[in-house]
Amino acid sequence: MNRFYVVVGVLAVVLAVAVFALLKTGGGASAAAVGPPPTVVDDGFRGYTIGDSSAKVEITEYSDFECPFCSRFATIQMPTIKEQLIATGKVRWRFRDFPIPGHAYGRFAAHAAQCAGEQGKFWEMHDQLFYHHQWAQTGKDPSSLFRQFAADIGLDLPRYDECMKSGRYASRIEYSRQEGLNLLVDGTPTFYVNGKKFNGPSATSDVFKAIADSIIARSPSPSPRTPARR
Amino acid sequence: MRYRQAIALLALVGCFVALYLWLHALGVGGPLKCGAGGCDTVQTSRWAVLLGLPVALYGVVGYFAILVVALAALRPAALVQPQWNLLLLGLATAGVLFTAYLTYLELFVIHAICRWCVGSAVIITLIWIVSLLSLRSPEPRTDPAA
Repeated sequence: MNRFYVVVGVLAVVLAVAVFALLKTGGGASAAAVGPPPTVVDDGFRGYTIGDSSAKVEITEYSDFECPFCSRFATIQMPTIKEQLIATGKVRWRFRDFPIPGHAYGRFAAHAAQCAGEQGKFWEMHDQLFYHHQWAQTGKDPSSLFRQFAADIGLDLPRYDECMKSGRYASRIEYSRQEGLNLLVDGTPTFYVNGKKFNGPSATSDVFKAIADSIIARSPSPSPRTPARR
Repeated sequence: MRYRQAIALLALVGCFVALYLWLHALGVGGPLKCGAGGCDTVQTSRWAVLLGLPVALYGVVGYFAILVVALAALRPAALVQPQWNLLLLGLATAGVLFTAYLTYLELFVIHAICRWCVGSAVIITLIWIVSLLSLRSPEPRTDPAA
């Protein structure tokens, strides 16, 4: 009988040590992809786009993946915008990163999207990050979840892991943020319609449709209707 | 006695599995060690919280209750009392039903499997089987001093 209680005690200690070790040695987000880079270099990249390259209207969105308003816009307004404006060739949409400094994993999420973009799946990762936005509310390290997103959209995981570890897009993301600062982006999401800052009360699909229709109506020639992704 | 000892040991292991998931839910430590599993998908889903508390906490409390009852049932005076087996079976059945519900959510609602949750499901199922066996083969009326 006494021997049993010794076994229970020893097992409890072993399990406690194991749990402690597991909590201490969790993988964690790569520092290179989480924080701002030491130097910022312009690699010529100006954001992923979706829509016809010859569309009369280009809307540039400065966004932060950790921002709840951006998530709401991406999940509520964007599907209609894609259907009514992008698929019809009226609008080309450009996504620019503007990670808010106070957001712990905004840069990391932007980096995950860039690493997906490297494999041709930026928009798929964009949707994963915004549609499963619970990660942004927990404050917990989302690296495992993002890796799960990468697996779900069919990324080559070793390549994704290497990309995230290297942090090679940190400079690109910071360049985008600084570009936004120069354009007086003061929150996310902020939009520019053909380079002009959108200052409307609410950024909805109806408002953007009205603006796009107005621009197209004033434009002399019709635009082609072949949507494209980059 | 052997059945109750086995239940106590299994509950102890289950308690630490649930403790690990609960501490993670509280934000302690980094991401779950989960291999290619969908632990974080499960843990950050809206199903990971029940009545305002992390589901893993219910696991900690449940396993701890089974552990305490199993240890109480191992007291010399309790060894000859078969009602402890019924109590253990009742607790294990509640645990198995709750686990079955969570596994259903993983498979058909969340569409992700958490390996730690599977581990817990195996443990509670084993506890249930052992507690069932203890009913079928009642503890021998041994001399408590033996």
